[in-house]
Amino acid sequence: MSVRHRKGLTHWGPPLLLISPSLILMGVFVYGLIGVNVATSLTDEHTSAQSTGQAPVTFVGVQNYNDLLRSPAFQHSLRNLLLYTAVFLISVLVLGFIWAWLLDKPVHGEGIFRSIYLFPMAVSFVASGVVWRWLLNSNQGTSASGLNRLFQMIGLGFLQNPWWNNPNWGIAAIALPAVWQLSGYVMALFLAGFRGIPDELREAGRIDGASEWKLYRHVIFPQLSPVALSAVIIIGHMSLKAFDLIMSISKPANYQTKVPAVDMYTLKGSYNFANAAAVGTILLVIVALLVVPYLVRTARAEKNR
Amino acid sequence: MVGVFNKQHPDVKFINGAVAGGAGSAAKDLLQTRLQAKNPPDTFQAHAGKEIADYIAAGQLQDVSNLYDEFGLRSAFPPALLKLLTVDGKIYSVPADIHRANMVWANPAVLTAAGLDPKATYAKLSDWFTALDKVKASGKTALSIATTWTQVQLLENVLLSDLGSDKYIGLWTGSTDWKGSDVGAALADYSKLLTYTNTDRDNLDWPDATQQVIDGKAAFNVMGDWAVAAFVEQKKVAGTDYTYFPMPGTTGVFDFLADSFTLPVGAPHADGAKAWLQTVGSAEGQTAFNKAKGSIPARTDAKPADFSEYQQTAIKSFGQDTIVPSLAHGAAVPIAVLTAISDAVSKFGTGSSNAATFQTELAAAVALGASK
Amino acid sequence: MTAIPAPTAAAEVLKRRPGTAPTAVVPPGAKRFGVARTLRYLLLLFFLLAVLIPVYVLVVTSFKGPGDASPDRAWTWPQAWTVDNWRAAWTTLSPAILRTVQMVVPAAIISSFLGSMNGFVLSRWRFRGANLVFTLILFGMFIPYQAVMIPLLKIMLGMNIPNGIPSLILLHVIYGIPITTLIFRNYYESVPAELIEAARVDGAGMLRTYRSIVLPISIPSFVVVLIWQFTSAWNDFLFAVFFSSSQNGPVTIALNNFANGALLQNYGSSMAGALLASAPTLVVYIVLGRYFIGGLMSGSVKG
Repeated sequence: MSVRHRKGLTHWGPPLLLISPSLILMGVFVYGLIGVNVATSLTDEHTSAQSTGQAPVTFVGVQNYNDLLRSPAFQHSLRNLLLYTAVFLISVLVLGFIWAWLLDKPVHGEGIFRSIYLFPMAVSFVASGVVWRWLLNSNQGTSASGLNRLFQMIGLGFLQNPWWNNPNWGIAAIALPAVWQLSGYVMALFLAGFRGIPDELREAGRIDGASEWKLYRHVIFPQLSPVALSAVIIIGHMSLKAFDLIMSISKPANYQTKVPAVDMYTLKGSYNFANAAAVGTILLVIVALLVVPYLVRTARAEKNR
Repeated sequence: MVGVFNKQHPDVKFINGAVAGGAGSAAKDLLQTRLQAKNPPDTFQAHAGKEIADYIAAGQLQDVSNLYDEFGLRSAFPPALLKLLTVDGKIYSVPADIHRANMVWANPAVLTAAGLDPKATYAKLSDWFTALDKVKASGKTALSIATTWTQVQLLENVLLSDLGSDKYIGLWTGSTDWKGSDVGAALADYSKLLTYTNTDRDNLDWPDATQQVIDGKAAFNVMGDWAVAAFVEQKKVAGTDYTYFPMPGTTGVFDFLADSFTLPVGAPHADGAKAWLQTVGSAEGQTAFNKAKGSIPARTDAKPADFSEYQQTAIKSFGQDTIVPSLAHGAAVPIAVLTAISDAVSKFGTGSSNAATFQTELAAAVALGASK
Repeated sequence: MTAIPAPTAAAEVLKRRPGTAPTAVVPPGAKRFGVARTLRYLLLLFFLLAVLIPVYVLVVTSFKGPGDASPDRAWTWPQAWTVDNWRAAWTTLSPAILRTVQMVVPAAIISSFLGSMNGFVLSRWRFRGANLVFTLILFGMFIPYQAVMIPLLKIMLGMNIPNGIPSLILLHVIYGIPITTLIFRNYYESVPAELIEAARVDGAGMLRTYRSIVLPISIPSFVVVLIWQFTSAWNDFLFAVFFSSSQNGPVTIALNNFANGALLQNYGSSMAGALLASAPTLVVYIVLGRYFIGGLMSGSVKG
């Protein structure tokens, strides 16, 4: 057909036209700015005077990265980030899976359960932070409030703990609101995953005499692993960006809940733009380590489709 | 004060662009952005002293020394204050009020219940420790405190008390050695004081801590004199419901911070801004402003009778005591240094660093400012 | 690839495999049907209550008066119900809510059109490197915005775009491109090729095809994307905190200042404010829930 053999500008033009605004925007605002950010991080722009041109800015190579990665404070932030991500990720996968598993079989009022497990996702971290600040109050015993008080009231007083008010493990407490908000999302992913497993596969397994546990282990889990991987990537990268929740529940100045994203905000406030940029780049590298292999794999899978 | 302004300069319109909340952090963010964008407000409020050093270094503030001459402010403000306001021979802001940061607020009932004399004052920290022990034994919180910045404020009070005003000032100018043993001893006192405080301090902001004294849950609270507003608002009577005295060991010293107004470079309505600055610096303006706020005028010619009992003691003290700049409130060091100090304080307060590390980190923080 | 999301997805979940009794991990010989099922219900109920705990505190506290609304009375029923908190929250937050609407609607609409165009082109136009382009666009969704924040600040200042809503609209459009592109591409992959080819045979160029054939059938996907962008922009805090203030910014900033910045904590109004700020997205979620879920599922990159 003549249409199919047409080559040249008319064939290439319209698609390019449709997609070029986005390409340009992405080029500038993602890749271009990443480049500029890296450039800034390689300078010594640590003061307000330099930011307005009143004092010179010089290239210092990777010195800022050296300083940051060596400083105990930033190491603490990184450790917090890792801990937060681990607790958040594992909890949300386990809870989401349990919920999906519970709802996969017929239950009365399934719609209600599903909707309620899911709705926290519609709320912003700032809004949920308002109530979680209360719930995570670290007082115990007689002056307890929040969850500690609830534990006392229902006879589980031994569960009381200082929540985020602990320098080493406090950040894990911040994962709790995040888990509350996003387990429903993981549940939805797993539910879709469960649904995607053909009945024949399950029936075949049962006919072969496999026990329920074996069925799960050899048929269902493998079928669900793409979904689980998806969830890990999405939740993982959200976790690495953690900012809103901490700003809302704790405060930027608190040592217990320091994470790189908050450090960046504080550094910017002190006019330390070079270090702020370096923190940003470090975060980018961490996220890239998680995401790029996945994207590459997906792209390859597409090509073979 | 706006009323006074309108009276003094009826032809200039005052638009209040206040950004609420976050103890000024939200306002500071917006200000930073606007100044960078060369879209400054006509004037903005900042703490007098080193806090505005960054704006000055960035060339974002106008020198208002000539306004001081024009409005006759050089004779109206105490010389010690003028010295602290001057940077390289120039002055960049006009203080509207003076707050005192080295005050202790106490609840007499709690003290009496602990077997202490509610009217007692303490000459040094070690005397105070004895009293604090007694309160602790009685089951109440001895010293209430809140989040990081209030802890920094406590730290500055301890440094002031143990080192005296000259060495304290030297901490910020570089003449006092941060690694010295006297500083080490002061930090040990600070550490001891923290043991008397409430464990949920990082959860709270200053009103909660002061409220503990008001409610009788705590005996003492170290806080700047804006705390008076909290007592007054809840109809507490000085002397009966609460007492106050300078931080033990700091009698005769006035640890000041001043809210002041500036003139940004490129202010769209410079004349209007200058008119505002005139009102800010005037006797009438300062009286009106400070009566409402509970602070005291920067001018030495204010009439004490116009003010409340606490304010009168403050005015007297400001007139005769040694004036030193506050650390926690931007007078002594620039923002970057204060942030670094706050980080060290927060870390120490959570038990994540020992005294030696704390001292080293503080020294490094102050050195940040010196290397600029 | 993902099938068309929304109604069918929800229906699928409801469709059960007939004849399979719920046999969870249950010891043989026990009353299979009764015990397992009861256990399941109990667990579901337990989780339901757990999830609703914060909601209970939020709602109950928002109706409490000043002395009542304090942390140590978090779990008690209000002594006296009052709507003062709601009134205060409304007065403070309604300007911000209006501004947020003004920000979210244009941002959602523009970014969905961009996503639609991209998704269409990338699903139909097979050129060498199409996958690479798609991956490069997609990566933009994962970057931590902190990695571009500093230069972004400078560039926005340089372009003289006013701080506040205008800046935020631009930013949400730009950084919404990856996710909208992803959702639309997934959607168009599932559109029967014959539909598009038929148009091509008739001589229509790509633009015409897009406008007259593709757009009309994209409605389900538009719904999903609009909801997703609406929610994501409504709840954003990071961009808002860097590019606006509580005076000219969206409700997240206003809420944060209202709840966390005040000198004397008014917990009742803060909670009322949090509920108020979340109301629009919650309404969208309740009314258009199925599409919301569909968006979640099609938004994830399936392995």
